[in-house]
Amino acid sequence: MKRPEPVHIIKQRREGLLRALVDAVPYIGFMGIEFDRRGDELTAVLPYRDDLIGNPALPALHGGATAGFLEVAAMIELAWSTLWDGVEAEGSLPEGPLRLPKTIDFTVDYLRAGLPRDAYARARVNRSGRRYASVHVEAWQDNRARLFAQGTGHFLMPPIKAE
Amino acid sequence: MSDTITIARQFIEALPHSRALGMVLESIGEGVAVMSMPYDARLVGDPMTGVIHGGAVSALMDTASGTAVMSHPQAGFSTATLDLRIDYMRPATPGQTIRARAECHHVTRTVAFVRVVATDDDESRPVATATGAFTVERGAK
Repeated sequence: MKRPEPVHIIKQRREGLLRALVDAVPYIGFMGIEFDRRGDELTAVLPYRDDLIGNPALPALHGGATAGFLEVAAMIELAWSTLWDGVEAEGSLPEGPLRLPKTIDFTVDYLRAGLPRDAYARARVNRSGRRYASVHVEAWQDNRARLFAQGTGHFLMPPIKAE
Repeated sequence: MSDTITIARQFIEALPHSRALGMVLESIGEGVAVMSMPYDARLVGDPMTGVIHGGAVSALMDTASGTAVMSHPQAGFSTATLDLRIDYMRPATPGQTIRARAECHHVTRTVAFVRVVATDDDESRPVATATGAFTVERGAK
């Protein structure tokens, strides 16, 4: 039986894939969105900032900031889960820049006002084919069971390189 | 009318996230609002092409929609998004301003329905369209 890889090699490879996906997108940096990784499970984190507010009277997060957060969480989860098996098998990242899926449509369901505090989101790929994928994403703040928004998006997968 | 646009502009400019994205209210009428967002490299979603991220386009369409609702004679001065579905028809051309025209086409006592179209310099080919449902506050006009 093959000896298990040292843990720091595994972590380095997985963090490397996550960083390659996330750090390339300026909008993710603009929003301040971070990703917390536990094995292959990703949680998108939107640390609170005053410029994410839409309604200063309440105050509540801007619906557009929430929509952008959900779309980023869904798209990164989709790219991450698509690349995971190959990177784990190869032990290294694919060569060249990583192509992200393209959003075809995205529906956001606003369940309650987003409070002026950190928000979290986790996405689930419900269907991932060669060309199209369907992803559901849920976002919460204080309680995992009390969602403040959820979304569903359809994505066009990047073309697979010829073998 | 000029008072309405002044009040509306001040209101929009007080929304921190809309301001962060550089949104400008171009016109407002009864149930119709046009908002623009200049190209900004910080909002890029695809670094290989320089195309603006869908999230920023969503924020523009959401803001234009809420503004259209608030400008409708039968709706109130406050609203919240219930849902918004965005269809991305094509990538916005890098370097060009994106403009969203939202129309609140139906209002009941409780819900306002909105359609939005976003374009860049080529107005004949939409970049994105969206439909949404928004709350109508009680004790409205």
